[in-house]
Amino acid sequence: MFKTFPKGGIHPPENKLTSDKPVVDLPLPQIVTVTVSQHIGAHAIPVVAKGDTVSAGQIIAAAKGFVSANIHSPVSGIVSKIEPVVDATGYRQTAIVIEVSGDRWAEGIDLSTALQKEIKLSREEIVARCLECGIVGMGGATFPTHVKMGIPSGKRCDLLIINGVECEPYLTSDHRLMLEKGEEVLTGISALMKALNVNKAVIGIEINKPDAIENLTKLASGFEGITVQPLLVKYPQGGEKQLIKAVCGREVPGGKLPLDVNVVVQNVATAYAVYEAVQKNKPLVERIVTVTGNGLSNPGNFRVRIGTPVSALIEAAGGMPGDTGKVISGGPMMGKALSDINAPVTKGTSGIVLFPERESRRAEITPCIRCTKCTYVCPMGLEPWMLAASSERGMFDRVEKGKVTDCIECGSCAYTCPAKRPLLDYIRLGKSTVTRIIRERNVK
Amino acid sequence: MSSIILTTIIMLSLLGLVSSVILYVIAQKFKVIDDPRVDQVTELLPGVNCGGCGFTGCRALAEAMVKADDFEGLYCPVGGSDALGKIAVVLDRKPIAVEPKIAVLRCNGTPENCARLTNYDGASNCRVAHSLYGGTTACFYGCLGCGDCVESCKFDAMYMDPVTMLPVISDEKCVACGACVKACPRSIIELRKKMHKDRKIYVSCINKDKGAISRKACTVSCIGCGKCVKICPYEAITMNDNLAFIDSFKCKMCRKCAPECPTGAILEIGFPVKEKKAMPEAEVRE
Repeated sequence: MFKTFPKGGIHPPENKLTSDKPVVDLPLPQIVTVTVSQHIGAHAIPVVAKGDTVSAGQIIAAAKGFVSANIHSPVSGIVSKIEPVVDATGYRQTAIVIEVSGDRWAEGIDLSTALQKEIKLSREEIVARCLECGIVGMGGATFPTHVKMGIPSGKRCDLLIINGVECEPYLTSDHRLMLEKGEEVLTGISALMKALNVNKAVIGIEINKPDAIENLTKLASGFEGITVQPLLVKYPQGGEKQLIKAVCGREVPGGKLPLDVNVVVQNVATAYAVYEAVQKNKPLVERIVTVTGNGLSNPGNFRVRIGTPVSALIEAAGGMPGDTGKVISGGPMMGKALSDINAPVTKGTSGIVLFPERESRRAEITPCIRCTKCTYVCPMGLEPWMLAASSERGMFDRVEKGKVTDCIECGSCAYTCPAKRPLLDYIRLGKSTVTRIIRERNVK
Repeated sequence: MSSIILTTIIMLSLLGLVSSVILYVIAQKFKVIDDPRVDQVTELLPGVNCGGCGFTGCRALAEAMVKADDFEGLYCPVGGSDALGKIAVVLDRKPIAVEPKIAVLRCNGTPENCARLTNYDGASNCRVAHSLYGGTTACFYGCLGCGDCVESCKFDAMYMDPVTMLPVISDEKCVACGACVKACPRSIIELRKKMHKDRKIYVSCINKDKGAISRKACTVSCIGCGKCVKICPYEAITMNDNLAFIDSFKCKMCRKCAPECPTGAILEIGFPVKEKKAMPEAEVRE
């Protein structure tokens, strides 16, 4: 029986060009640029100085505060400078630039590829290890994992949901991971289950990945309490609240967290990172990135060190086609066009999508015809046209009443709009402004 | 038959009488005693409800003026000293001298001076663009060019120049209500003291980056060298975060700083041509 979430959703063309391309290790770049804010929360503070020699896996920026994450050197080499660089957000932020020399790893890191199934660490040690190794949510939101795993008193978790949906078109990095590192992912899930003290975990996978469903279902029989739930294909099923609704039918109330319905959601890539941290003591210094686009000669999935410039990835995928109009970091639905292709890969970069000029341009904006298509497809049950129109006119009280803070910014409304209105742009503006207004009001 | 008509007339008259008494009592009970001067002051104000005074509209300012004891902090930038003088007569109060102001654009990032590196095709709104990325140029402080300020102007005093891709402020029409200052997400527009013959001298840049970075982004950026600070005889120029600022209330318009600026970030507008280095941009912007 296939499940899905009931409200809204769209079916963009899948374009999973790289789903049969095995993950390839990208050669080490000459220079890596590691930004200090690769996660939601406070910036990490650099703990190395210019001229220091670092080895791969060594901590180079320490978490500041509870919601923050450590950052480790992805390569061995010399810190050449610490300065602001333009990253994928389009703004400058402090980055540690390391000139690569050799591939020397810090001590205590197990680099063997042998599977270690038995989890020796205790619950607290697993959470501590995630904090130490700088594990963050790898689905794109980059929320520090140790925060999610520490359940506050009074709250209870009885189900761990693993997000293997990968509902974004084009992206296949999670798909390849589930195929190639199935047992590692499942061991990571077991570690997460132990840390959360739950005995049930469900992996949600869309049925456009039948090989991944088959592979994990077969392997999961060897792990206690883990099952695979095939899901119908619909965007944005990878959204946390949509996935919870699809898998177990529970609805997270507006403004609440999954933990309020006793669920924790983690991404498969996060589960793999947790496996590496817990079983191999390996910090989060590399990730799988899908580099894709119809014009690329060699699109594929690459395992790259954090801090590698995006241009190196495009080079590995066959070089940038001449008619490229946009290079998008992340998926085509929620990703963001890069303003500089030398921006570094961060912990949250799941894909790089190249669009040719003719596909990348936005269509001409025409007036809203009140067809309410956006309302039908909104997975959160909002009225995007109203939110966007009010936000455009600065009527933020109406935007707030319209529950803009529940918007997950999936872009289904803008995708479906026949008038091609930039709905999401204005909703984002409204959301950030309303969030600020609420914060200011609470301070008073 | 006639008795029915009679009863109806009597009943309706009684009803009318009772209602009028009730209405009269309520009207007396909840009577709002309006100061007639509020209406008079409202008449003297421009009536554009621009909000430049900080109140919701002209009447709100009039009420505040009548209520207050003096004009401290109550000033209509549109009406200026003229309106204030007339209001002072109505309220029988001493008018205070207020300097008229004018808005200036502290960015000269024309395509010539500041190379465009990327295209922006999102919603044409500065606040949206500002929340998305640093801008189409390498300067993360400069004008985004979507014209939020032009839209906010109720006095038709601004327009976007298609060549420079910057907003132009008309000296005749600008009343310094400050709407554009609030509308600009980058805080590029500044209200300065209105000088004799609309002459202006100001730092046309708000880039706070170190000199090397800002110079790379834009050829006419303030690089924070501090030459203008040293040469100013009136201590009107200060340097904060690699950015010079000329205080319009201390500036005596001696024009020593502008030729000193190595990047030409200090603009002099409205002066007779003095030497060969007479700011070609300034003439365009006029």
